[in-house]
Amino acid sequence: MPHISPEEIHETLLMVHQQHLDIRTVTLGISIGDCGADTADEMSRRLYDKVTRAAERLVPVCEAIEREYGIPIRNKRISVSPVASVAGRCAGDDLTPVAVAMDRAAHTAGVDFIGGFSALVQKGVGAADDALIRSIPGALATTQRVCSSVNVASTRAGINMDAIARMAHTVKETARLTADQDSIGCAKLVVFANMVEDNPFMAGAVHGAGEADAVINVGISGPGVVRAIIAALPDDADLTAVAEAIKATSFKITRAGELVAREAARRLGVAMGIVDLSLAPTPAEGDSVAEILEAIGVERCGAPGTTTALALLNDAVKKGGAMGTSSVGGLSGAFIPVSEDMGMVRAVECGALNLEKLEAMTAVCSVGLDMIAIPGDTPAETIAGITSDACAIGVINSKTTAARLIPVAGKIAGDHVSWGGLLGAAPVMDVSRWSSAKLIARGGRMPAPLGSLRN
Amino acid sequence: MKTRAILSVLGADRIGIVASIATALAELSVNIEDIRQTILADVFSMTMLVTVDEDAHPFEDIQARLAEIAQATGMQVTLQREDVFRFMHRV
Repeated sequence: MPHISPEEIHETLLMVHQQHLDIRTVTLGISIGDCGADTADEMSRRLYDKVTRAAERLVPVCEAIEREYGIPIRNKRISVSPVASVAGRCAGDDLTPVAVAMDRAAHTAGVDFIGGFSALVQKGVGAADDALIRSIPGALATTQRVCSSVNVASTRAGINMDAIARMAHTVKETARLTADQDSIGCAKLVVFANMVEDNPFMAGAVHGAGEADAVINVGISGPGVVRAIIAALPDDADLTAVAEAIKATSFKITRAGELVAREAARRLGVAMGIVDLSLAPTPAEGDSVAEILEAIGVERCGAPGTTTALALLNDAVKKGGAMGTSSVGGLSGAFIPVSEDMGMVRAVECGALNLEKLEAMTAVCSVGLDMIAIPGDTPAETIAGITSDACAIGVINSKTTAARLIPVAGKIAGDHVSWGGLLGAAPVMDVSRWSSAKLIARGGRMPAPLGSLRN
Repeated sequence: MKTRAILSVLGADRIGIVASIATALAELSVNIEDIRQTILADVFSMTMLVTVDEDAHPFEDIQARLAEIAQATGMQVTLQREDVFRFMHRV
């Protein structure tokens, strides 16, 4: 058989059928720059029409690609321009109707999440940003599929501490309004430093200002495949050999993503954007980033050495992936969400992994403090302090960081919550009892670091 | 449109596997370019390089027919466009 050996065919089938290889998401980014209007209701009508028209064929096209190539596409999603960037003319209105229109559009298009109920406020809060942030708790409480993100810091601008304090209260209020579902609204709300504008993953996906009208971005997956490859190495294989094995696997996974991205873009007649090289876990057994770290050599994720193993993994995935596509983008770093990764959940439950270790891990991977359930009575100042620590790591190191914290109403440390589906389940984690109130009350902006002056 | 694809069949060995697959392929205007098969510990494994005439029979219809055979014989039968293997294993 020319070119392709039966062994290679067998390897691909094994990756799909036994090691959970899939494309985590095909996300259609849609500009809604032309949907602005004098009222939120009119903007909602325009947004619904635009999104449903642009995304009409997204799901059937992805399903055909899945069938024909034999690689599952786990999620089909939509991102739109940050709503606050389009809502200037109706900034006096409550923007919840816009979120409701996004929710309806996602339902019509058959996608599980739509991102972009978002604002960028790293330097200051405009009238439309203010309206959007005010609307977030109500919007997330009245919709199922809408995701919201707010960028509060960047290496170029520094950290907007007033915005962080405000977002902490917004997180608390969102938790309160969705208390009957274990505060699920907060699972769809992420606070960023150095947010990227071509991220295909939720909850942080938006369609950035520098993008074409419509674009296909693809997020790869494959923690199970990487873990299997490391498990197959001899126990005395050195770390260079481990990195080499991860690189080779990452190349293959990325090529699958590149193929799907090209094909989806071609069939939909839109631009191909990026392939995001993030290893994204799911709650499925075996589809875990924590288990990769354990296969590399720590007894439990969180043990000393975990940050080293994660740094090696993250770097090797990028090196292998960069050979597989010329369109690397998005977040492109391993995800370490707690509730979406059974290995992380086990590590928290047995006491190996805590919030402080996750913060350290944030420094060497993708978005950091992700899908973490904390006690419902955690003060807003403490949430703001945790968020600002994540932002400080991102700003100083010129990387994306984020916090998706869920202060679960009525729950205390050690309780268990379950949101179901991809959002998973998690133990409520302990939070430092020492106060950040004075720091947060100072407010203002932490200046941009010297490292930002690059010109 | 002619499309190259890889057909892989995996399952317990028994009489008539190749016959049933090949007959179905002939009926669906699918040309077999190359076949390799092995039997390891009673597990039958066959890979075929085939050319599909999508104007005569859509890819989806061929997959549906093969799924029926898979159901009837208890074999795992997968038909995938060739590109996926070319992409994943070659720079």
